[in-house]
Amino acid sequence: MSAPETELQRNHDEAVLELQEVSVLYSGKPAVKKVSCQIYKNKITAIIGPSGCGKSTLLRSLNRMNDFVDGVSIEGRLMFAGQDLYGKDVDPVEVRRHIGMVFQKPNPFPKSIYNNIAWGPSINGYTGSMDELVERSLSQAALWDEVKDRLHDSALNLSGGQQQRLCIARALAMEPQVLLMDEPCSALDPISTAHIEDLMFELKSRYTIVIVTHNMQQAARISDYTAFMEMGHLIEFGETDQIFTRPNVKRTEEYVTGRFG
Amino acid sequence: MTDTSMHAGEGTVIRKTQRRWGESFIQGWLKACAGISIFTTAAIVILLVVESLGFFQNVSPIEFFFGTRWVPLLEPSSYGVLPLLWGTMLVTVGAAVIAIPTGLASAVYLSEYASDRVRRWAKPLLELLAGIPTVVYGYFALTFVTPMLKVILPDIQVFNALSAAIVVGIMILPTIATLSDNALRAVPVSLRQAAYALGATSYEVTTRVVVPAGLSGIMASFLLAISRAIGETMAVTIAAGQTPNLSLSMLESIQTMTAYIVQVSLGDTPSGGIAYQTLFAVGMVLFAITLIINIISQWILSRFREVYD
Ligand SMILES: Nc1ncnc2c1ncn2[C@@H]1O[C@H](COP(=O)(O)OP(=O)(O)OP(=O)(O)O)[C@@H](O)[C@H]1O
Ligand SMILES: [Mg+2]
Repeated sequence: MSAPETELQRNHDEAVLELQEVSVLYSGKPAVKKVSCQIYKNKITAIIGPSGCGKSTLLRSLNRMNDFVDGVSIEGRLMFAGQDLYGKDVDPVEVRRHIGMVFQKPNPFPKSIYNNIAWGPSINGYTGSMDELVERSLSQAALWDEVKDRLHDSALNLSGGQQQRLCIARALAMEPQVLLMDEPCSALDPISTAHIEDLMFELKSRYTIVIVTHNMQQAARISDYTAFMEMGHLIEFGETDQIFTRPNVKRTEEYVTGRFG
Repeated sequence: MTDTSMHAGEGTVIRKTQRRWGESFIQGWLKACAGISIFTTAAIVILLVVESLGFFQNVSPIEFFFGTRWVPLLEPSSYGVLPLLWGTMLVTVGAAVIAIPTGLASAVYLSEYASDRVRRWAKPLLELLAGIPTVVYGYFALTFVTPMLKVILPDIQVFNALSAAIVVGIMILPTIATLSDNALRAVPVSLRQAAYALGATSYEVTTRVVVPAGLSGIMASFLLAISRAIGETMAVTIAAGQTPNLSLSMLESIQTMTAYIVQVSLGDTPSGGIAYQTLFAVGMVLFAITLIINIISQWILSRFREVYD
């Protein structure tokens, strides 16, 4: 059950988030059970596991998006920059400014491309040049060249893949420290998916990324660390290479090799 | 799918179209019903137009639309519709000023802040408000609102535009609240999540994402409510009185278009005379105004309908 401490200690990656026995309960029913692990800076961490095992629940607890679910409660500690994200004096709004999120289905605002990007920074009192920020964010999301001539068109006229990149750009405009992505490619075709995977490689140098994915190849391709969950438990956590080639737990091996039943 | 004829392959027979008697009967019946309502509407419009044309043979349109005195039943008569239009406007604007902010605030509260439990009793309560007969609102204005107003505004007349506006405002509030609430709830949850994930407060999410996204439905609810206020009859007849008046003060008695129609309809005006024809001319104006408002609100709704897809 425990993560292979020795291997993790060998590397010198810096932890941004530290989960200490985190449990998430829906009306008293646990969906995530005593998960402990670390999320490393400038790395991509993939969360994999069968449907319903609690991946999304765990991800949403990292930026307090679970707060909106009726009857949700959380136990354990979730340390971010030396503070418990669920501590008494922590403002969840502030948490989400530092830990952004991209959703499974692209959800652009029914506004122009430009205003989609500008929305977050403007409500948060951004004072720099908005034009520059919009260009920078769209460029980082590899969308700038495609939309630079139609910034004031409705975002709803973009293709699904473009909309998803717009949503990534929108999250990046807040310059978050951590970017959470819940199956960001599941609604996209293979080409858009490849686009976004390339993009994540690029973004790694500036951001820490946590991605939930059902796609084993994707997890193996893009992530540095992989967390395997089953029925709310974190079964194994480690470097992606190790999880996919020499897992320590039998169930992990069964799952990643597709012999899962 | 046990019916083998559904499977393609050897022996597959695609049956010819058959007459389905039940279906064509129901279709015919639905057509007849639709036909009746279209026929009725057309008949009303034709009646209004024909009788108004008769009226305009006796009174010039200039006098009717621009005259400032409405004295149709006494000599010397005068047929300027402006005082009636003004009366209707005074009540409608007053009602809108009351109902739009309250209705919108209720809708925002119900859709964004209220718990399911609150919503479960608040919605039916609002609908109950909409179900009260309008004549009751009229007496409520006369026997409760006006006396209350008299405490603060001693000059107020027994019949006055203000109390009519207040009760009409209460009357149209449910329309605004429920329709705007529906519009706000139709805004996808995913948009709210997107906004929250960008570090927005719930106030920012409401005012800067949800309300703008639901704006077309909200505007349509305003217009629908306003057209109800314009057409409202019993409450204003009882509460606002029968004095065609271009007065700026809402504390005086006025007469709305609808109240005039009631007044003449209830009296024994001989059919065929000018007084009788005024009914149709005023009715025509009323009809035209509400029709235009309804068309605008339909247009707003259809124009922005597919905004999320
Ligand atoms: N809002 C909710 N209220 C109650 N139970 C919930 C809620 N959301 C999720 N659950 C339950 O919590 C468990 C974990 O759900 P979660 O969505 O985190 O799974 P997941 O691993 O993301 O699955 P998938 O791969 O299908 O997206 C499931 O049993 C689910 O039924
Ligand atoms: Mg999920």
